[in-house]
Amino acid sequence: MNEEALTITGGATGVQTGLGGVVTDFADDRQAFHVPWGKAMMWIFLLSDTFIFSCFLIGYMNVRLTTTVNWPNPSEVFALSIGGQPIPLILIAIMTFVLITSSGTMALAVNYGYRRDKKKTVLLMLATAALGATFVGMQAFEWTKLIMEEGVRPWGNPMGAPQFGSTFFMITGFHGMHVSAGVIYLVVIATRVGTGYYDRHRGGNYEMVEIAGLYWHFVDLVWVFIFAFFYLW
Amino acid sequence: MTQAAASHVEGHQQHPLGIYLGVWLLLFVLSTFSYMVDYYHLQGALRWTLILLFMFLKAGFIVAIFMHMAWERLALIYAILLPPLCLTIFIGLMVIEGDYTFLARLTAFGQATQIVAPHH
Repeated sequence: MNEEALTITGGATGVQTGLGGVVTDFADDRQAFHVPWGKAMMWIFLLSDTFIFSCFLIGYMNVRLTTTVNWPNPSEVFALSIGGQPIPLILIAIMTFVLITSSGTMALAVNYGYRRDKKKTVLLMLATAALGATFVGMQAFEWTKLIMEEGVRPWGNPMGAPQFGSTFFMITGFHGMHVSAGVIYLVVIATRVGTGYYDRHRGGNYEMVEIAGLYWHFVDLVWVFIFAFFYLW
Repeated sequence: MTQAAASHVEGHQQHPLGIYLGVWLLLFVLSTFSYMVDYYHLQGALRWTLILLFMFLKAGFIVAIFMHMAWERLALIYAILLPPLCLTIFIGLMVIEGDYTFLARLTAFGQATQIVAPHH
C-alpha cells in the first residue's frame, strides 16, 4: 500500500495526462496536485485574491454604471505636464512598464533559481524588489498629486462622480499594499537564497523563488486589469 | 535529458530563457498598444474591444508563461482557472442591477439631464 503510493507519486513519467489525468489526480486517495505543496497553497491563495480584486472591480463597475453624474475622464485626471505639454495617462503608462519590467526580471530570477545560479537569482530578485519599490513610490506621487492638486477625496472630487475617489483609493490602495508586501517578501527570499539558507535547510532546493515569483506575477496580473478597467475604460 | 523532457518532470519548471524574453517583449508591445488606444482617443466599441483584447492577451501570457501554467498538470489548471469563471455570472448580475439602479435614479431624481448635458 505504502510502497504503491510512493511509486505513483514518485514516478512522474508514468502519470496519466489529459482529462483522464484530472480524474485520477482527484479520485485517487493521494496527493491531487503534483507540485510542491507550497506552490499549490500559493495558487489557492492567489485564487482567493482573484475573488477579492474581482469584487472590488465589480463594485467599481456597479457604481460607475449607476451614477447619474459624469465620471471624471481618467485620461485627463492622470495626465502629467512634461515640458509644458500635458501628456495623457503618462505616469500610469510608466508605472505599467516598470511593473512589467519587474515581472520580466522575476521570471529570469526563477529561471536562474532552477539553474542553481545563486548570484544571478539574488541580483534579479533584488532588481525586481527595487522596481516594485519604484512602482510604489510613483503611486505615492500619483496619490499626492491627486489629493493635493486635484482635490480628489474618497467622498468627492471637483471633476464629477464622488464614487471616483472611493473606488480609486480602494482599488489602487489595495494593489499598492500587495506590491509593498511583495517587495518585503522578495527581499526576505532573496536574503535566504543569498545567505545559503536553502542550501543548508532545503538541500539546495530553490522552489521558494518560484513561489515568490507566482505572487509577484499575480501582482502584475492584477495591474493589467486595473489598468484596463480603471485607467483606460 | 532534453529540455522538453526536463519540463515534464514533476514540479520542475526550467525552460529556455528565450521564451521569457519573448513574452517580456510581447508584454511591452501589448502595453504600448493599450496605451495608444487612449493616446489616440479611440472611442466606442473599437476602444472597448481593443482594451479587452490587449488585456486578455497580456493576462494570458503572464499566467501561461511567467506563472508556468502552460506546463502544469490539468488538475491544477482546472482547480485554479475554472472557479473564476463564476465571476462572469456575478458581473452579469451586477450589470443588470446597475442598469436598473441607474434608471431608478433617473426617474426618481431626474439628475442626468441637468448635470450630464453641459458636458456634451
